[in-house]
Amino acid sequence: MSSPKLEIKDVSKAFDEKVVLENVDLEVNLHDVVCLIGSSGSGKSTLLKCINLLVPIDGGDIVLDGQAITDAGVNPNQVRQRMGIVFQAFNLFPHMKVIDNITLGPRKVHGVGQEEAEETARTLLGQFGLLDKADEYPDRLSGGQQQRVAIVRALAHEPELMLLDEVTSALDPELIAEVLNVIRDLKASGMTMLIATHEMGFARDVADQVCFLDAGRILEQAPPDQLFSEPEQQRTRQFLQRIVEAGRL
Amino acid sequence: MWPRLPPRAREEGSRAALIAAGSTIIVVGLILWIILTSEAWPAVQKQFFSWFHFKESFPDVLRGFWLDVKMFIVAEILILSFALVLAMIRSLRGPAFFPLRAIVVTYIDIIRGIPMLLLILLLGFGVPALQLQGVPTSRLFWGVAALVISYSAYTAEVYRAGIESVHESQRMSARSIGLTQVQALRFVIVPQAIRNVIPALLNGFVSLQKDVALVFVLGVREGLREADIYNARTFNYTSYVVAAVLFLLISVPVARFTDWYTERDRRRRQAMST
Repeated sequence: MSSPKLEIKDVSKAFDEKVVLENVDLEVNLHDVVCLIGSSGSGKSTLLKCINLLVPIDGGDIVLDGQAITDAGVNPNQVRQRMGIVFQAFNLFPHMKVIDNITLGPRKVHGVGQEEAEETARTLLGQFGLLDKADEYPDRLSGGQQQRVAIVRALAHEPELMLLDEVTSALDPELIAEVLNVIRDLKASGMTMLIATHEMGFARDVADQVCFLDAGRILEQAPPDQLFSEPEQQRTRQFLQRIVEAGRL
Repeated sequence: MWPRLPPRAREEGSRAALIAAGSTIIVVGLILWIILTSEAWPAVQKQFFSWFHFKESFPDVLRGFWLDVKMFIVAEILILSFALVLAMIRSLRGPAFFPLRAIVVTYIDIIRGIPMLLLILLLGFGVPALQLQGVPTSRLFWGVAALVISYSAYTAEVYRAGIESVHESQRMSARSIGLTQVQALRFVIVPQAIRNVIPALLNGFVSLQKDVALVFVLGVREGLREADIYNARTFNYTSYVVAAVLFLLISVPVARFTDWYTERDRRRRQAMST
């Protein structure tokens, strides 16, 4: 087995006094999908933002393809170009058409010409059934469509790794499936992904590994069948129990 | 276009208009009656509202006022651009940009602390007196420069409020697709920020449009100066009224436009959030 695509080594993060991540260790192999589960505030989102260097870490290392990206002197813009991140609240640019949302990065960061960038964007939009939305503004789209556009935008610079931060949490229930199907397609195409989610059924279905986070620590990590059926930790069992009671699993 | 009002609302609308018109006539009439029947009115009318002097002073004041309009346009364009640069620098994050930020903050603090009239006097009389090589000695130039310097400090703060009103998540997602800080500001944050502060910027227009007259202290022959010269020659104040009317002819429409735009913007946002 070759070295993992992404390694998180002993990463810690605190906002003022509040510890958000505590000695987190995690590995993501190429083409694997790792799901992060755990209650709100357990540190899932922060971990993803740390990997994207949007939030600086206090201790530890984050290693991408053997290179420590959290070292001083590493250009964060170059690191970010190798990953795509999608947020819970879509965060599309409201003053730009869908097509411009997608081509902005390729044009300004990678120097791709307008025509070429638009062609690539339209191909991607076509793949995700959004071609007819290319010239709309984001506020004309449903939540599910906006989130799919956000995924396309993150894919536009051909990332090696996708980070998805509770991408269905802000959606109406009937719109969740269309977004989850997009992620399934991504997995089928071999994309390496790290996904924070509250959709346990989805995690069980799509993940190669599931990590349970609690109060900033990874309490348990296992393949989904094992973690959902026979969790080792008491906290994991409690968490899953509450999910079952809420009818979400 | 506007939706047609249902009959009842229309009826109420016309009733409201009637009441508004009636009460306006009463109030304005009362004020006019008090003024026009006062003992001093004939003297005041001769001094301030003489039709003869109005016609006599009008051409000169108008010519001067045209310079005010030109100063306003040039100054406003420079202010809008310079202030935006200041606000963007102030919004840059990270220790590397500390010196730049510090310079901008110091500039804004100092300039906002100096009365504009004082700044106009300092630059308008001070800089030409230095007789520096290659530096313009025109008082007009330095008068407008003082306006630009002063207004930019305020306008930069307006822009900054706009930049801060754009949600942090927009900055984050701009950075996440690999944009640099400056690119994120330029392509993502600032376009949204400007939209949020257009009413405040228009408000600044109204204010600058009349503040250009302050350069009259430098002896620049703009509208107020011409009115002043006429007054000095004839001891009649009607020329000032002429200048006031000319300034109002521009500032009132701009003020109405600002209100109209702000209201339209508010409606749009409401429509968007439903």
